[in-house]
Order: sequence, then C-alpha cells, then structure tokens
Amino acid sequence: MKRFSLTKLFKGLNLTSFTLVMVFLYIPILILIIFSFNDAKIITGWKGFTLKYYAQLLKNETIQIAFRNTMLIACLSTLISTILGVLTALGLENKKFSGSKFVSILIYIPLVIPDILMGVSLALLFNFTKVNTGMLTVLIAHITFCISYTIIVIRSRLDDFDYSLVEAAMDLGAKPSTIFWKIKIPLILPGIIAAALLAFTLSIDDFIITFFTSGRGFDTLPIYVEGAIRRGTITTINSLSTIMIGLTLLLVVTTKRIRKIVISSL
Amino acid sequence: MEEIRLENLSKDFDGFVAVENVSLSIQSGELFSFLGPSGCGKTTLLRMIAGFEIPSTGRILIGNTDITDLPPYKRQVNTIFQNYSLFPHMTVFDNVAFGLRIRKFPKNEINDRVKEMLTLVKMEDQANKYPDQISGGQKQRIAIARALINKPKVLLLDEPLAALDLKLRQHMLIELMNIHDAVGITFIYVTHDQSEAMSISDRVAVMNYGHIIQSGPPDDIYERPTSVFSAYFIGATNLITGEVIGIEDDYVQIRCPDGTGNSFEIDSTFHFQPAIGQELTISLRPEKIAISRNKPRYQEDINILRGVIEDILYLGSHTQYIVRVGDLRIRVFSQHKRVYFDDTALDWEEPVWLFWHDTDTWLIDEIPENVLTADELSEGGINHFQRSLKRPTAQ
Repeated sequence: MKRFSLTKLFKGLNLTSFTLVMVFLYIPILILIIFSFNDAKIITGWKGFTLKYYAQLLKNETIQIAFRNTMLIACLSTLISTILGVLTALGLENKKFSGSKFVSILIYIPLVIPDILMGVSLALLFNFTKVNTGMLTVLIAHITFCISYTIIVIRSRLDDFDYSLVEAAMDLGAKPSTIFWKIKIPLILPGIIAAALLAFTLSIDDFIITFFTSGRGFDTLPIYVEGAIRRGTITTINSLSTIMIGLTLLLVVTTKRIRKIVISSL
Repeated sequence: MEEIRLENLSKDFDGFVAVENVSLSIQSGELFSFLGPSGCGKTTLLRMIAGFEIPSTGRILIGNTDITDLPPYKRQVNTIFQNYSLFPHMTVFDNVAFGLRIRKFPKNEINDRVKEMLTLVKMEDQANKYPDQISGGQKQRIAIARALINKPKVLLLDEPLAALDLKLRQHMLIELMNIHDAVGITFIYVTHDQSEAMSISDRVAVMNYGHIIQSGPPDDIYERPTSVFSAYFIGATNLITGEVIGIEDDYVQIRCPDGTGNSFEIDSTFHFQPAIGQELTISLRPEKIAISRNKPRYQEDINILRGVIEDILYLGSHTQYIVRVGDLRIRVFSQHKRVYFDDTALDWEEPVWLFWHDTDTWLIDEIPENVLTADELSEGGINHFQRSLKRPTAQ
C-alpha cells in the first residue's frame, strides 16, 4: 500500500515539475505572441485585437533591410561553415595526420570564449588591418564562431561511422571520390543538416559579435531590435518576433523532408 | 583458366610479422580455405589479396597479371565481409546494383542482372527492403549477391558465417557450396572454424604464426598431418612423444616413456624415413582406438596398451573416455556399437585394454614442445607434455 502511494507521489511530482518547466519555457513566448496582436502602444493590458503592427512591419523599410541582411549573413555563414566543417571533420579522421589532437583543442576553444571577448578581438583585428566594417566583416565573424559548432556536430556523427563500408565500396569498384559522394556524405548527412541548422540559428540571433563587427550602416535584426527597444518602439518588435518564431518552427518541421530531398538528389 | 599465385608474400606491421614468406597457388574454380587460430595471419593474407593491405614483400598474381600494387577498386576480386558491410542507406536492390552503377552499366542491364542475382540467393522478393529490415542470414545472401554481380575472378570470404547462429550457419554453408557450384569462380575462404573449412573446401591451408603449416585436401590434413600443429588444431588427437628403437621393412618400433620412468612400445607404418634413435611425435586420433575390458583375441599388427579409466563423458553419438597409461592421459572415443563388444558398462577406475591397428598410428617428424605453446597444449584438456614448453621459433 505504502509503496503504491509513493510511486503515485513520484508520478505526481514528475508531472508537476514537467508542467512547471514547460510553463517557464513557453509562457514568455506565448505572451509575446498574444501581445503582438494587442492594440496598444505599450504593454499595459489587453486593449483589443489588431493586425496593424504586422502591417507596419511590411511598410517599415529599415526592418526589411535588417531582415534581408540577417538572412543573407545566416545563409552564407551556414553554407560556408558547414562545408568547412565537413572537410575539417573528415580531415581530422585521417590517422596519418599527427596534429589532429592539437587542432581539436583549437576547435573547442572558441566555444568557451565569451562572445564579448570574441567580438572585441575581431573588432580590434578589423580595425588593425584597416578592413572597413560592414557585411563582409560580419560574415567573417559569423563563420568564425559557427565553424567550431559545425565541426563538433559532424565529428560526433563520424564517431560511429563504420569504415568497413568504405572498404566494401572500394572493393566493389568505387574510387575515393565516388565513396565520398555515395557513401560518406549520405551517411553523415543527418550530422551535416544538424550542423547547418545550428549554425543558422546561431547566426540569426547573434547580437554581441555582430554589434562589434558591423559598424555603421549594416544592421541585422538583433541589432535593429536592440536599437528599437532602446527608442521604445516595442510593438513592431513583438510582431517581428512572432514571425521569426513561425519561421524557426517551419524550419524544424521541414528538416526531415530536407534530408530526404538531399539524399535522393545525391 | 587463371590461377592465383602468392609468391613469397610477407606483411610486417611496424615490426609485427603477420604473414611471413607465404607461397601458394590456388587453382581456378577451387574452393580454398585458410584455417587457423585468431592472429595467425589468415585475415591479413585475405586483405592483401583484396588490396586493403600492401604486402611488405612478395607478389600476388591472377593468371599472368601482377595485382600486388593495384588499389582494391581496380582488382577483379570481391570480398564478403564478416559483418556484411551492407550500405545502410540503400535498399537491397541498390546495394546489389552498386558495383554495376559505378561502372555505368545501362539501366535495363542493371535491372536484369540484379534480379538474376537476387534469384540466385533467393532474395527476389526483398529487393525494396533496407538492410536493417532483414535478418542476418538474409544480409549474408545480399552481401554475396552484391559481390558476385561484378563477375569477379575471385570471391574472398572473411569468416562469413561467424555472426550467424549454428543452425543457420550449417544451412548457409550448403548454400555457399551450391552458389560456388553455380558460378564456378574461385572462392577463398577464411575461417577459424575447422568443421566449416573441412566440409566446404577442396583444399585447406592450415596457418599459424603467419606461416602456412600444411595445405591439402581436408582428409589429407586430418588423416595425414605433417605437422604437430595441424594434428593438434584439426579435430582431437593424442600426441605422444617417443624414440625410434627399430626399423623393419615398412614398420617402425617406437619406445614411448609414460612419465613414470617406465615405457611402452608402439608399432607404426611410416611415410617418412625415420632413423634409429630419432625423437618424434605420434598422433593417435581418439576414434581410432578401441577400448575394452577384454584383451583382443586377434593381435597381429595391433598395438595394445593397458590403462585405467579416469573419466567418462557421455556425448550422445559417442562416449569419451580418458584412460590413464602411466602418467599419460589418452583420449578415446567409443561409439555405442554393441555388435562389436560390450563397452557400455565400463566404469570409472576400471582397468581396460586400448588397441588400434598399426597403420592408424601416425608419425610426425616434429617434437610438440617446439611447435605448440603451453596454452595450446593445455587447451586440449589432456596432454602429455609436462616438460618445459616454449614458443615456436620461426621456421
């Protein structure tokens, strides 16, 4: 009897803690979404449903430019850091390369360095080398912090890669290049996609490093949002954020389909 | 017809000699096995033929073509891997089609040949499944189909049945023999399982420490071992050391110390010329020895020993007796055939007679201590060599 009630208690606790975690995670997002439809200039209470802030978004050219910049930087840095990540991860698997341990450490370090340090050092570097800050510097900065993540994600996928498959393919007449495209890439594809998604989200919401490397005249969404909130216009930010959340969800949902498409095209 | 020739083949892994100076020729269409304990070099030998390892010295030829330095993808050799190594992201059909697609065969020819192969291995209705949806035996068949579709000159099989359970293994062994008969190409089979090698092969090469100890048809290896190692490794045997004390026509007399200071004499025919005073090894298969509480009436050309039963192990088809002769332990297999004599009531500690025909004594021109390690000698359960044992020196 006692044991029965204990398990029941634990079950109850489990459910409560689970609910609490979910509430903490999603209530702020939910509030943000609700208030993006609120017909009020400041968050004071519910004043009625409106879509006018979404309409304002469409008319606001600064936001659209910032959005375009963000997407451009995110896509380019994802593409480049993923390709470099695949090549580096595969290269580090080569047992003949004796510096592999040292390089691995170098790859881990950017993960633990605070963003602010990275931002400042990049800003100093660009200043020192007299590179004009702008899109190019932001892109370089984003690639530098994304690449560590992509390498680590892809390497973890390679850890359980069965190299006898490479021998089998070679045995069946496949040249190294064929093996790369037909065996290695399809098998580590889930890792590549995960790495790309991670790089994409990291790039989209990066503020600190972008702030130090963008200079005047090249704003990404996080930079714009920060400025807008400082000026006190919170309403369009709510609707903007809601759209971003929608886009992210869409991306996550379509990942599986993306993988299938990529596999069939190889 | 193109035979495979291995000429003075050696492989050295940073000082560890896995294969040493192996020369051998394998006939076209033959089913040839390399048999030996793990670490004997058989897999390295196979990987050199496949092209995954480059020999340190020596050459590999198929017909008159030297393939020693060709990369694996340029050899007309295909391999069945121990864990099958099917591509997990491809269907059964795509796995089998892989070799032809790489060589850019026309689509309809690929379709026809894949279907033909899947029919050969009886998997025609599984074409659209993925490797993780089929059983171990089925994976094995697909691996065979995927290799054979390339029409290789040689098929290499690396412990292909090791991952299957016993019943399936016996079944697949017969399938493999049927497939070998159907395609008629050379199969090179690597295994540590002697019953597999014996039952499937035209010829077997017994390997140990990177050397080929003996090669020949399975019955030759079993009945006429030229080395203590092949006698020990294949089947069960009693190894007894002795000294030649007399030679007469085609018979030889050997005195064997029994470990207590006494000795007994064994008569034998011989297949090499022994010399008086020479030390050699007698290999006596347990199933060749008769055991009885009665002394045999017919004693011409028969060896007779007196011993005491130390252990009885009932094994269904036969019973294993361990009989103490002096300090020696002699293993005897006795089938339960009452038409010959009544051996069913033999009991522990009962004195018995052991007897066998002179021609069933087999002489080996080697001393076991020089060939087998202490572990190997004690692995057999009974052995007669309590003297100091040492690792074999290179031959």
